[in-house]
Amino acid sequence: MIKIKNSSALLLSTALLAGTTLFNSSEVNAEFGDIVINNYSDKAGMRPVIFPHWFHRIRFRCKICHSDLGFEFKAGGNKINMLKIISGKYCGACHNGKIAWSVENCNLCHSAKAGTPTQVHKNTLQTLVRDKKQN
Amino acid sequence: MNTKINIILFLILCHLSPVIAIENPNRFNRLFTPEVTNPPLEEDGIHDPANGGIVTLQQPESAFKKLDKATSGNHVNWVKALESEKISPRFDLNDPTMKPMALDLNIVREVKGSMPNVIYPHKQHTLWLDCSNCHPAIFIPQKGANQISMAEIIMGQKCGVCHGRVAFGVTECLRCHSDKNKEDFEKTNLAQESNE
Repeated sequence: MIKIKNSSALLLSTALLAGTTLFNSSEVNAEFGDIVINNYSDKAGMRPVIFPHWFHRIRFRCKICHSDLGFEFKAGGNKINMLKIISGKYCGACHNGKIAWSVENCNLCHSAKAGTPTQVHKNTLQTLVRDKKQN
Repeated sequence: MNTKINIILFLILCHLSPVIAIENPNRFNRLFTPEVTNPPLEEDGIHDPANGGIVTLQQPESAFKKLDKATSGNHVNWVKALESEKISPRFDLNDPTMKPMALDLNIVREVKGSMPNVIYPHKQHTLWLDCSNCHPAIFIPQKGANQISMAEIIMGQKCGVCHGRVAFGVTECLRCHSDKNKEDFEKTNLAQESNE
């Protein structure tokens, strides 16, 4: 009888611990302007893409992507898929092994936790409506 | 029985620790600045720490170390970083020597409330952007043709397409509301704040 009680307590503690870990990992403190793109990734079994604006703006001015390459000012609004990238459109204009590393490095872009929704991190609205857990 | 007590103790400890680490409820934090700014990627809550590729990616803190500071966003003053040539981002994809054609034209926008007027500097914007990024889709290039409100900006329209998403947000009021009466405004409204 004691044995059964112990194992159920162990199970309970494991479940609670897992719950605590999940709770902690839900605290988001990503860089301002980090874009998560999850139009197709989750469905395809890939990690969603993280586009760090800060990294790119150190090296390229806004105009290159948002004027020359045709990126809309909207997270997830460009319907980017790997076919377009391999054809040299969108990310593929640089990520071709010439200007920047090429598409074989899947996990450098596809680096978000599964299920992370498409969004611009720390945008004004998100800051206003976020709850304390995300602070 | 001993194991049972141990497990119960373990459980209590596990759930007490967040209670012990309670934050100061009276912390002055007008800008909602998080306790930790520019955290490492594996702790930012969106990167998957189980992804092996994460070690290849640059850490924000190392990139920002030498750049001018700001009070919000990435905690980097990107305009100053560019002016001081601490960063020299390309203006053309293939030609690293190409220089932007800056348009040095300030637009003064009178505001209805008690805030200083907005001075919009084309110069700082054209160093980053192309005219076609804003005109005519976001702003009609004609005096008086664009009604702008803070509500729209907060909702991500007009200036808010960039400001509050990738460019400094609405908490840095005086970077836009920067007309001459700024000094009076600072004296009357901000002196109190700095004393806190």
